[in-house]
Amino acid sequence: MSKVLIIAEHEGGKLGAATGKAVRCAQDLNAEALEVAVFVHEGGDEVAGAAAKLEGVTKVLKVTNPANENALAAVLAPQVVSLAQDGYTHVLVGNSTFGKDLMPRVAALLGVPQVSDVMKVESEYVFARPIYAGNAITTVEAPDDQVLCATVRGASYPAAGEGGSAEVEDRQVDAEVPGHTRFVGREVHKSDRPDLATAPKVVSGGRGVGSEENFKLIYSLADKFGAAVGASRAAVDAGYVPNDMQVGQTGKIIAPELYIAIGISGAIQHWAGIKDAGTIVAINKDEEAPIFEVADLGLVGDLFEAVPELEKALDQA
Amino acid sequence: MEYDVVIVGAGPAGLATAIRLKQLNAETEVCVIEKASEVGAQILAGAVIEPEPLDDLLPGWRDNPPNMCVPAGKDEFLFLSKSGASRMPLPPQMHNRGNFIVSLGAVCKWLAPQAEELGVEIYPGFAAADTLFDDDGNVAGVRIGDMGVAKDGSEKSGYTPGVDIRAEVTVFAEGCRGSLTKQLIRRYQLDEGKSPQTYGIGFKELWQVPEGRTETGRVTHTIGWPVDRRTYGGGFVYHYDGNRVAVGYVVGLDYADSNLFPFELFQQFKHHPQIKPLLEGGKILSSGARAIVEGGWQAMPTMEMPGALMVGDCGGTLNVPKIKGTHTAMRSGMIAAEHLAGNELSPKGYDAKLRTSAVGRELYQVRNIRPGFHKGLWRGLINAAVETVTGGRLPRTLETSADWSSLHKVGEYQPPEREFYQRDLPPKDRLQSVYFAATEHDEDQPVHLKVADTDICVSRCREEYNNPCTRFCPANVYEMVEDEQGLRLQINAANCVHCKTCDIKDPYEIITWVTPEGGSGPNYQNL
Amino acid sequence: MKVMVCVKRVVDYNVRIQVKPDESGVVTEGVKMSMNPFDEIAVEEALRLKEAGKVDEIVAVTIGPQQAQEQLRTALAMGADRAILVQSDEAVQPLTAARVFAELARKEEPGVVLMGKQAIDDDQGQTGQMTAALWQRPQATFASKVEIEGESAKVTREIDAGLETIEVDLPAVITTDLRLNEPRYVKLPDIMKAKKKTIDNTTVDDLGVEAAKPLKLTRTAPPPARQGGKKVESVQELVSELKNKGLI
Repeated sequence: MSKVLIIAEHEGGKLGAATGKAVRCAQDLNAEALEVAVFVHEGGDEVAGAAAKLEGVTKVLKVTNPANENALAAVLAPQVVSLAQDGYTHVLVGNSTFGKDLMPRVAALLGVPQVSDVMKVESEYVFARPIYAGNAITTVEAPDDQVLCATVRGASYPAAGEGGSAEVEDRQVDAEVPGHTRFVGREVHKSDRPDLATAPKVVSGGRGVGSEENFKLIYSLADKFGAAVGASRAAVDAGYVPNDMQVGQTGKIIAPELYIAIGISGAIQHWAGIKDAGTIVAINKDEEAPIFEVADLGLVGDLFEAVPELEKALDQA
Repeated sequence: MEYDVVIVGAGPAGLATAIRLKQLNAETEVCVIEKASEVGAQILAGAVIEPEPLDDLLPGWRDNPPNMCVPAGKDEFLFLSKSGASRMPLPPQMHNRGNFIVSLGAVCKWLAPQAEELGVEIYPGFAAADTLFDDDGNVAGVRIGDMGVAKDGSEKSGYTPGVDIRAEVTVFAEGCRGSLTKQLIRRYQLDEGKSPQTYGIGFKELWQVPEGRTETGRVTHTIGWPVDRRTYGGGFVYHYDGNRVAVGYVVGLDYADSNLFPFELFQQFKHHPQIKPLLEGGKILSSGARAIVEGGWQAMPTMEMPGALMVGDCGGTLNVPKIKGTHTAMRSGMIAAEHLAGNELSPKGYDAKLRTSAVGRELYQVRNIRPGFHKGLWRGLINAAVETVTGGRLPRTLETSADWSSLHKVGEYQPPEREFYQRDLPPKDRLQSVYFAATEHDEDQPVHLKVADTDICVSRCREEYNNPCTRFCPANVYEMVEDEQGLRLQINAANCVHCKTCDIKDPYEIITWVTPEGGSGPNYQNL
Repeated sequence: MKVMVCVKRVVDYNVRIQVKPDESGVVTEGVKMSMNPFDEIAVEEALRLKEAGKVDEIVAVTIGPQQAQEQLRTALAMGADRAILVQSDEAVQPLTAARVFAELARKEEPGVVLMGKQAIDDDQGQTGQMTAALWQRPQATFASKVEIEGESAKVTREIDAGLETIEVDLPAVITTDLRLNEPRYVKLPDIMKAKKKTIDNTTVDDLGVEAAKPLKLTRTAPPPARQGGKKVESVQELVSELKNKGLI
């Protein structure tokens, strides 16, 4: 039986999506206790409450320390280490930048290795994780006589459901917190469209779009979805869009939840950039286009009809 | 930077030259530059090699062989029809007892550290972009290309100007259709009195196949289908260890049908009932294409010039009937080294030495075989038989003609019915094939395929030849695109696998291949 | 101030990796190896700091097999002053690497330790943070901008929400992200000059470091194949499928 500790991520009173996914992963660990630690500098009831509602969570620990005003790995790590002494077998966090920054520091302080980007729990100490940018999957066996530190791959898990009602406990943590790292500022992405590299939804256009002018169809559809805009290399080479929009082997390699490829034939080089996407949709008038072999949902049709129709359907949905 | 000898190209000829030079005189300062990011990354050959020059160059090599090296075992020579295969008697040039099936790239990768141990300096990732000349017009070295130049010619933030490498003598070892040697042959008229050089295009894929299908050491060569009788071509299948096979196909670039699609011929070959069962269910590890020099003895230019000499296939030392060029390339390099070492680094006299050497004798003996096929398969075979029996002693030398001139205009030629299969083995198309070549070019650099007049593409060539470049390029570099901007030639330079076919076959001779930024191009592995 | 840059020898990013048929790992025989691209960015950053006068010596270090010397030679050719190879023929895992780097940091006393945010082979992304923890110093990960000001550094980091700037007291560990800089081309004459620079050889044991018990890699398999190929007949059908998947 395991006893799992999950480090919650939160911002502006809201629980981060990565936390729900880490909880979902932990449900596969045969845990008798699944506890979420929330680190705040004051208040924090909203976040702790949200964590308490996650299915499978048995307790939420709210740790208050003025040093926690901004999440800094060097400040949080000693606190996590202190908490972890309480018989936990596993310490998990989502593989957001927060988790990736924090967990290795915790692991090193605990003197144990870390398993990054857990994709699947095979058993309490055996996990599958991607290597070589996901081109191979390794099965890793961690020693069962020491704490297991891991980050959970968000793309591999849905969020835990909400139906829980765990208790929230105020926990005092006795840990020396260093002063050598200080928060200065933050700049949140304010552009109208999400960043192509990290957006959860992406709409891309290919050579089939036909011109720079026609690309406004793609932008328009992307805006309906709240998606980022990408393009195939053929569209970039033909001059329809600038090259920082290129998705593919020599452009950006992305893993959105939804990828819509419009007028893109699906050459293997493009495929290399999108193969980790959650759901791939293709719209192309050529039913032989290679992309249809790999797309989850394929629509053979004229994009100049299908795209406006799709936009209208989204308005009504 | 200054050396006694600078060698352009770290292929078998270049490396053999370097090693031999150091063996003869350890004090000689030798530098080898190589445009690929790593030695061996742009070497592509079948290959079944004769080990004799290696035994001479590195006597202990068999105790420490390179990766991907197996002794040649069973030979077979097949005549294919679309659905059948007949065993043919093995021509004497195709007996491979004592030879080795290798990855020539792995051989070069293995030779390089041995050269370095002898004190040779090898610099991969640097392309020789220009030849340097002294005031008297002699070759004085080479200039490394600039790095960090944007597509429009401006300097990017990482701009690094090229460096001059000066040497007492320059050895060009660029391989088939070398870009600098092409210019030098013209400049010094090294081809005067020679037949035009001719070429083939060779395709190769390395496959990992399911257990139990391969027979390590087996060497298969084929003629017949899928080429027609007017087109020179043939296939090969070489079995390595570890359930790996190399399949490949060569098409002579003297073909007449401008609608011919060499890549398709290779893919069809793989679908022949003799070949397909070997590959089905397997996967491609690596693939690539390269032009092969076929002109032989009568097309080999004068291999020396003031301040420099040529070794290997940039001159054309490949023995076509054997389909082997590595041993002659290496031997030509060793002869060059011996000549230079005994001649105070003067190239003068090397050409005569090469022609009277075993390399020259070998090439002379088979000189009339390939040209005979220009008239078709059956006449070629009969001619080949005659030449083989007479050992090349008949007092004649068949002339060749330039490949670019052999295309018939659309409408002037009735191509035969090509009986093709519906294909289901990978790669589906050239783009997928290019993926396995792992070719890489920074997209923001000047296009390295210089087309002198793109108007010809949309007008004359379209009409006369139907843009054959869109078919003979193995990497889909050239595309005729019709969109809102009209019909135009689009050059996808980033796909280029440095095969040089376009430089050879374009019917107007307007395409010039130049070196892209050093380190660009394919990254063949074990190919 | 001295900068220590940690680099790793990895399969070149361009290589189409092949999983061994017996599932024991990835084929590395005959395969092109290079410096981890993120570490190249780290070396470049060290060079820029030196060119800006903030740093007077750059030491490149690596833990790996004898051939990892090639990567150190590249760092030296780029402009590092000297190098240290900690020889280990075992596949290196982050905790052991971190222990080695922390020990080297204690010996070399750099003001900054720079390394890539992750290695492109194992993609673990831990070594920098672990090194910092064991060295008991700050960490600034996923750096897209580094400014050294006297005894501290201001580092802008790429985080999910955007950019975050923190200030860390030196000495500290900084791990590099893709947009920090673009590494320079290695110049031919510099490759020659690099041959005269020293590479010191040592081992994990000689450093007095205890190698961490490694995680066992029991199986390496290709990723599961996607099940593509489903077609929809109309936009309406597409929309309803997307709704079912919770994507609209």
